[in-house]
Amino acid sequence: MSNQPIIQLIDVVKSFGRQRVLDGINMNIPIGKTTVIAGASGQGKSVILKLILGLLSPDSGRILVEGRDIVTMRSKELNEVRTNFGVLFQGAALLDSLNVFDNVALPLEERTKLSQQEISDKVISTLEQFGLVGQEEKFPAQLSGGMKKRVGLARALMLHPKFMFFDEPTTGLDPEKSMEIYHLFYETQQRFGYTSIIVSHDIPKIFNLADQVVVLNQGKVESFNHPDEIQLSEVPQIKSFVKNTMGYLYRSSELE
Amino acid sequence: MVFNHIEKIGNLTLYYVEDLGRMGVFLFRTVAGVFKRPFRFAALVRQVRLIGADSFPLIFFTAGFTGLVLGLQGYYTLRKFGSDGMLGSAVALTLLRELGPVLTALMVAGRAGSAMCAEIGIMRNTEQLDALECMAVDPFRYMISPKLLATLISVPLLTMIFNVVGIFGGYLAGVELLGVNPGAYFSGMELSVIGKDINLGIIKSVVFALLVVWICAGRGYFVHQIRNAGFGAEGVSRVTTQAVVLSSIAILVWDYILTAILL
Repeated sequence: MSNQPIIQLIDVVKSFGRQRVLDGINMNIPIGKTTVIAGASGQGKSVILKLILGLLSPDSGRILVEGRDIVTMRSKELNEVRTNFGVLFQGAALLDSLNVFDNVALPLEERTKLSQQEISDKVISTLEQFGLVGQEEKFPAQLSGGMKKRVGLARALMLHPKFMFFDEPTTGLDPEKSMEIYHLFYETQQRFGYTSIIVSHDIPKIFNLADQVVVLNQGKVESFNHPDEIQLSEVPQIKSFVKNTMGYLYRSSELE
Repeated sequence: MVFNHIEKIGNLTLYYVEDLGRMGVFLFRTVAGVFKRPFRFAALVRQVRLIGADSFPLIFFTAGFTGLVLGLQGYYTLRKFGSDGMLGSAVALTLLRELGPVLTALMVAGRAGSAMCAEIGIMRNTEQLDALECMAVDPFRYMISPKLLATLISVPLLTMIFNVVGIFGGYLAGVELLGVNPGAYFSGMELSVIGKDINLGIIKSVVFALLVVWICAGRGYFVHQIRNAGFGAEGVSRVTTQAVVLSSIAILVWDYILTAILL
């Protein structure tokens, strides 16, 4: 896999009212690799994700996805770009009026011309892969947090996206369920080869999955080609972040 | 101090202009969504059931008692002028032109409009609308436009049911309880009610249906951007209350405007 950027953020500025959350950030997401966006709460990690997804518009700057600027795109073109996206939201964002089967079938029903039988076969096979057999008729309110995330991931991967976005994928899950999600992430990335961006608080565990780490600090980003490089940063805020989240003795090999 | 006040007024003006613009775009996208393919027929049928059929008992009950009161009030007022034989016309015209469309729309706003606002607001807060957009599924075509179409179908039908039940309520009070001649009740109605009265009621009910969906669904859709609405469940509850109040006021204002134009 090359380090060629497939998603680029160039001088992106975003403010909410008088608060400038992103102050001219530049970021490159390499193709086929995993980028983890970390940082303290309220630094704008999820804002970056929403900007790339086109759910928010930047005040200025450019966001290139496969070389096309999504900021200036019409909604029809943006939808075309989004056909390559898969997203696992923090709360899974399953449609609560649909059961598990219908939630997973939704992308196929809305974006393909497959017959009902073909859709049903694909959904059943996906549910088997994600360990969700027997849960088809349940509604999101009847599922545990971990199961919701699995359904969310199954739905996001139904159309084999080129890009996967994970917003706090393990928030609210116990360590065992978190590991389950990480394993699913690892397996599916191996299988589909997608480029992924993960916004997470689960530090340092999440660094085991990262090829690149981006730390947000006071509206700016610091990129590290390897998680271990973070510990060597001389930026005082990053040093403080490392100390508060990983401690002085963090070594990624110990966690594997 | 003075500059602070000017700044506040400026911010407030900008907010309302922006809000109006957002709501305008929302209405456009909702109407445009009706014509986008693939058409979601199953969703439309479901919404007609939720908005229309499930409102039937409420409309029946409200219309029945409105008719009974109209029969009573009309009888005692008309008797003063020796015209109690005109009761049928009075009840029918009041219902067809005014009370039928207005009360039906107010009931639908309170029942289905509030549910619509809360449902969409919760979907916004739990990122379900974002999820639809990220799946390249247009949330307007998928879920808001079927609600508009279902309301446009349901409200005129419910209005007609309201009118019929109301007229029989008036009959019960005037003829069965107070002794007005049944022939006079219906023949007076036949003579005085013209096609224009029925059309006026239908036009009103269509406009009111559009207002209810626009305001209730729109407020829910922008629940995160409404000033002083608060967050989470409290935000949804406040915005839902606001949506029902606003749509009720809009119904009454547009009732006057349409009556002034079309009568």
